[in-house]
Amino acid sequence: MSTHYRPSIGMEVHAQLLTESKMFCGCATRFGDRPNTNVCPICLGLPGTLPVPNRKAVEHVIRTALALNCRVAPIAVFYRKNYFYPDLPKGYQISQYGEIHPIGTHGYLEIELNGERKRIGIRRVHLEEDTGKLFHYLPGESEVDYNRAGVPLMEIVTEFPPDIHSAEEAREYLVQLRAILTYLKVCDGKMEEGSLRCEPNISVAPEDSNTLGVKTELKNLNSFRSVVRGIEFEVQRQIQVLESGGQVVQETRGWSEEGAYSFPMRTKEFEQDYRYFPEPDIVPIQITEEWLESLRATLPELPLAKADRYRKEYGLSDYDAKVLTAEYDTAEYFERCVALGVEPKTACNWITVELQARLNETNLPISQSRLTPAHLADLVALIKNGTITGRIAKELFDEVFQSGEMPSQIVQARGMVQISDEEALRVAARQVIAENPDTVEKYKGGKTSVIGFLVGQVMRATQGRANPQRVQELLREELERV
Amino acid sequence: MELHLKTLSELRTLLDRGEISAPELTEAVLNQMAQVDPKVQAYLTQTSDLAHLMAQQAQERLQQGERTPLLGIPIGIKDNLCTAGIRTTCASKILHNFVPPYDATVVLKLRAQGAVFVGKLNMDEFAMGSSTEFSAFQVTRNPWDLERVPGGSSGGSAAAVASHTAIATLGSDTGGSIRQPAAFCGVVGLKPTYGRVSRYGLIAYASSLDQIGPLTKTVEDCAIMLSAISGHDPRDATSVNQPVPDFRKSLRPEVKGLKIGVPREMFGQGVHPEVALRVRDAIQSLEEEGAEVHEVSIPMMEQGLAIYYILAPAECSSNLARYDGVRYGLRVGAEKGHIGMMEATRAEGFGDEVIQRIIIGTYALSSGYYDAFYLKAQKGRTLLRQEFDRVFQQVDVLMGPTAPTPAFRIGELVGDPLAMKLSDVLTIPVNLAGLPGLSVPCGLMEGLPVGLQIIGKPFDEATVLRVGYAYEQKAGLLEQLRHPTGLA
Repeated sequence: MSTHYRPSIGMEVHAQLLTESKMFCGCATRFGDRPNTNVCPICLGLPGTLPVPNRKAVEHVIRTALALNCRVAPIAVFYRKNYFYPDLPKGYQISQYGEIHPIGTHGYLEIELNGERKRIGIRRVHLEEDTGKLFHYLPGESEVDYNRAGVPLMEIVTEFPPDIHSAEEAREYLVQLRAILTYLKVCDGKMEEGSLRCEPNISVAPEDSNTLGVKTELKNLNSFRSVVRGIEFEVQRQIQVLESGGQVVQETRGWSEEGAYSFPMRTKEFEQDYRYFPEPDIVPIQITEEWLESLRATLPELPLAKADRYRKEYGLSDYDAKVLTAEYDTAEYFERCVALGVEPKTACNWITVELQARLNETNLPISQSRLTPAHLADLVALIKNGTITGRIAKELFDEVFQSGEMPSQIVQARGMVQISDEEALRVAARQVIAENPDTVEKYKGGKTSVIGFLVGQVMRATQGRANPQRVQELLREELERV
Repeated sequence: MELHLKTLSELRTLLDRGEISAPELTEAVLNQMAQVDPKVQAYLTQTSDLAHLMAQQAQERLQQGERTPLLGIPIGIKDNLCTAGIRTTCASKILHNFVPPYDATVVLKLRAQGAVFVGKLNMDEFAMGSSTEFSAFQVTRNPWDLERVPGGSSGGSAAAVASHTAIATLGSDTGGSIRQPAAFCGVVGLKPTYGRVSRYGLIAYASSLDQIGPLTKTVEDCAIMLSAISGHDPRDATSVNQPVPDFRKSLRPEVKGLKIGVPREMFGQGVHPEVALRVRDAIQSLEEEGAEVHEVSIPMMEQGLAIYYILAPAECSSNLARYDGVRYGLRVGAEKGHIGMMEATRAEGFGDEVIQRIIIGTYALSSGYYDAFYLKAQKGRTLLRQEFDRVFQQVDVLMGPTAPTPAFRIGELVGDPLAMKLSDVLTIPVNLAGLPGLSVPCGLMEGLPVGLQIIGKPFDEATVLRVGYAYEQKAGLLEQLRHPTGLA
């Protein structure tokens, strides 16, 4: 008889905030610049310098807290988290601490899995500063890049005990969280560049147990795929340890994406003592009701609410609604198309099939597509009024995607307009009939399905500029006369 | 009279009238420095070349008709204030080679006003001490008796003013570090209200207590200096947006109806009877001028020292964490890996007093001890503030001694840390409450200066200075104080 184990997963997410300047000084936050070029005496922790908080960063965290249904503290207090490391210029990180002082507490985020909604509790949302980056090139030599030191960082931690019990739920949580952050425009959500970092802690316990198992924390997860694979691996590993009579060790483990295994990084035998105390250089920030309300007014419609609306208002499927709302820019693109008169289902098909395929091929974000909602609306109108056929439209789509020219202008310039001259089509139909006596004979003999072949021949002769429906009608008429 | 002996306000008049030139004045001060500083040892870095250049520039501005309060005035700066391009050591081995690429806000303000920088002044390492004996580099002497300490931690700043090697200086005060040396050296020293002066560029000891202030020959000079360095600074989130008056204008020798509170606790055990006598005489002289004197009680003042020696080391243990050998300053043990290097650098770079305070502070913040020490001290601090608030509903200023004794002998208290720390028992509560505090000389005792401390309401430096000025006028000690006996 084998025990069933239930995993419990806590999620700790760090999101770099989208601000022009760092948390406590005026340096740029840009990623990828030459090492130690976006630094100043303040973020290098030179003696005598002082931190002045970035109001924009505070607002980003307040807006996130509101979007995650948190209680927002009336006063935000900064603390010092003290520890020594070469990438930490001041010997302490300015952060927030405890259960009262973080900007947001007691929130939740809703996920949807297999058509069911579930609330994932959020324990806290707080603001802190990032550290520099350490590089070890040669033995005995290390280099530090402080460009990242002082970049504003938001920490979002799920409730304890955890509400998440599978890798799938963890993935959904992260997908929804990332969508919310990008909708709020507080984080670009790029896991590969490290602007969104996820450190899950994982434990397993027998299904009938009231207590949680010993947890491990997983690091180095740089994509959604790693998060899912890492958690799945870790759950299986822990179950195997327990099944073989062993005990899970509380530790931090790294994840190897290439090898698809986790490995021990450091054990947490004792809790590091960070000696938190209130940061005396920063006066606590009052978050007034007025400020809060003005920020609440800036919250956009969030992904799940949007998807609901798409289903109800536009009659889209669950799948379509989800795909369209996963990214703010995609949803915005879709809504602009609809606003320009494109029928929602049609807009959805073009966006999720044709446009998405080309964006994937060219690795472009939808916001940089040369084929804009105006182009798409123009194209769809050309089909609708019978100017072009669906086949031509697809060819045009490619061209417009590359050139950014208006479809109606291309059509006009090239004479691609659909042949609506009845007589010209009738002439073409007669020609095809004359050229294919065998087929005509089959048709006459009762095998009427061969008309499809004849339609194809007419379409070919007219370079696709004919309306196939009308061609078929004309062919029937002409065949009657043979 | 020789120029270096004159006060800032006297020199201001002479410069503005064109009776003397800025280079001439700077020359006089540098000459005095060359003569007496080898004995006093107030300066860690003398910047005579820079001073000549700045004096020349000041002279040009004077000739163009500019009239600003500090234009052409030779000023010395405590070595924990960052000066762009000038070595700033905090009197510590760990920063022995540190040249800041930026100016402290107060230094920028002095530059803008055309002050002349004559050098950087000795102090206790990282401003931790009461005698300047804890400097990693040299021991500064008291100009009244070269065998005695000048007080600390701004001992260099006080000794330079007393020995006329600067017309005025800047110091910093975390628990008495401006007022106590001012009292020991017979000069005027002011710790402004917390938030009045920007701390940007002041190398932090205890951030919630540190405040920059002037040391001068007279109260009037002090008022001029305070106006020059005050004001809100967007680079210091704790600096307060309060209007900065021209403090000189508030100086009237007028105390009629002024309510002076005399806290019983400031005349308790440990205060030398002779000191108490001088201070009581001073208070009485103001009473004779029409001030009302009330005995008051601030019981929490007696807990001040205990509260301070939890909070200040706690903050210092964190503030000094950045000196790790990674980015600037001393680096020792590069071959030991980064953690080994940090340990070796800090062990070698910090003096014993600093290390002791880092250890105490680390302990006070450690989990399991935080509530019993740090949190309790914070609560005590709040209570102390409330007591000050209550008393200030009844009186305009508080008065008592600045320090319990006059200057002690060099080496006398080094082996007795508690006695050394008691030297600040009367000044520390003022920092904890964030109030302005002024020390004005109120006579000599066995040939050594004694300081009268005047404590005011938050941001009411104007009243504090006015009372100090009234006393100074009445006491008529200035001529005697001009000539410290140790240099005779």
